[in-house]
Amino acid sequence: MNWTWFHKLASPPHFYRIAGRLAPWFGWPAFLLIVVGLYGGLVLAPADYQQGDGFRILYVHAPSAWMSMFIYSTLAIAAGIGLVWRIKLAHAVAAASAPVGAWFAFLALATGSLWGKPMWGTWWVWDARLTSELILLFLYMGLIALRASIDERERADRACAVLALVGVVNLPIIHYSVYWWNTLHQGSTITKIGKPSITSDMLWPLLVMMVGFTLYFAAILMTRLRAEVIRRERDASWLREGLAR
Amino acid sequence: MNWTEFLAMGGYAAFVWPSFGLTLVVLIQNIRAARRLHATAREEALRRLDAGRTQS
Amino acid sequence: MPRTSALQAMTLTYRRDLVLAFRHWEQVAQPVVFFAMVTTLVPLALSPELNELRQVAGGMLWIAALLAALLGLEFLYRADHTDGTLEQMLLSGQPLGLLAAAKTAAHWTACGLPLVLVSPLLAVTLGVPTEALCTLMLSLALGTGILSALGAVGAALTLGLRRGSVLLSLLVLPLAMPALIFGARAVDMAIQGEVARGPLLLLGAMCVLSLTLAPFAVAAALRISLE
Repeated sequence: MNWTWFHKLASPPHFYRIAGRLAPWFGWPAFLLIVVGLYGGLVLAPADYQQGDGFRILYVHAPSAWMSMFIYSTLAIAAGIGLVWRIKLAHAVAAASAPVGAWFAFLALATGSLWGKPMWGTWWVWDARLTSELILLFLYMGLIALRASIDERERADRACAVLALVGVVNLPIIHYSVYWWNTLHQGSTITKIGKPSITSDMLWPLLVMMVGFTLYFAAILMTRLRAEVIRRERDASWLREGLAR
Repeated sequence: MNWTEFLAMGGYAAFVWPSFGLTLVVLIQNIRAARRLHATAREEALRRLDAGRTQS
Repeated sequence: MPRTSALQAMTLTYRRDLVLAFRHWEQVAQPVVFFAMVTTLVPLALSPELNELRQVAGGMLWIAALLAALLGLEFLYRADHTDGTLEQMLLSGQPLGLLAAAKTAAHWTACGLPLVLVSPLLAVTLGVPTEALCTLMLSLALGTGILSALGAVGAALTLGLRRGSVLLSLLVLPLAMPALIFGARAVDMAIQGEVARGPLLLLGAMCVLSLTLAPFAVAAALRISLE
């Protein structure tokens, strides 16, 4: 198997160029899909039987929550690859993804709270999903804080990689514990959040939004990676011509 | 398409619009931050390369 | 080929750490005193009524013990890092993970175990009935074990960093939340007279898992922090 394409991709000057070319190919379709998804979710989808128009928050809440978890997995896989195979670009992916993932976790919590207030009457509820999402936000913040505290880049990369892997192993345990804990004290409040009985004309805008958000992340990642590559390649000779483009 | 009805969101306007608004703000800010990071990195690198050039 | 076997090295490390810990007994006492003080905060903040305190005793005792154990994590590597012993361990040729496991065990004996032993006294002040004390001690023994293992990873990652102890708490607390959920639940069940088999078994499982996996992560983290 000829692996030169892979090594070429991971080589900073090539990657810098390719990322620059790819970004708009992710970005514009993302923009389109999000616009279509928003229109579908806000205008076309029928109001929910129980939650009325309030359920439309689903169209930003669910994609944000999905992204926060997808990004964490991506981050952990990239960190693992960087740690085991010592590929700097993989570490760069982990570094660039963490803040974006944290923002999505925050969005999931904020939109979840705004959804909860009219539905349950309180701004916050220790619902299993929201609690899990909050802990995920803490995990993100830990990663970001650790990276910021270590000055030497290589140590920071590898330490964050270990932390990310420890986090990803703990995630299922955390999820299970939180769900178990939540069912204990369920009482009569049934969490309706995220579970309106969903028909297909309610579903498609959601899927469109999810794909749109994913492509958006890819576009952002490309740009952030370019910045990371430049910073990591401080004194490399390719920078002069590479940046002139 | 009745605009008033649309904006009222069946009475949930105070929750729906801030949710979407906040999401849009965060999405746009992330784009700007990413681009700013890239631009700053480029400037710094070019500046350092120039300084190196004039010295050597 | 090293002259001492790995097992001997582990035992030596364990005993050395214990001797050093008890030589500075105030280091052993601090987490215990902290545990006691936080437990005292509970009635001050809530109510002196034992009936009311009993409702929250399980959770509060666990939170206090968790925070106290977290406090004690600081001492795990600090002294050895400052005087270079940690680097010697790295270079010794002994399996680093096993040495780290021995250090973690010693740390638990000097920090976690005292918390477990003191917990019945503090539990009584929060209205916990005598029948529940055994479950309390068992759950805390497992919980502090989990925390020592996870905390060792965090401590290794934050070795030598400025404000490392605050960062350490931020890193370890989310990972400790599952243990807290089951531990507090176990104590609450015991207070209500039920046998807390489920939560205790889950705690046991988490303890075994962290004890077996943590040494690998700790060894990796120590190498990263010391090189």
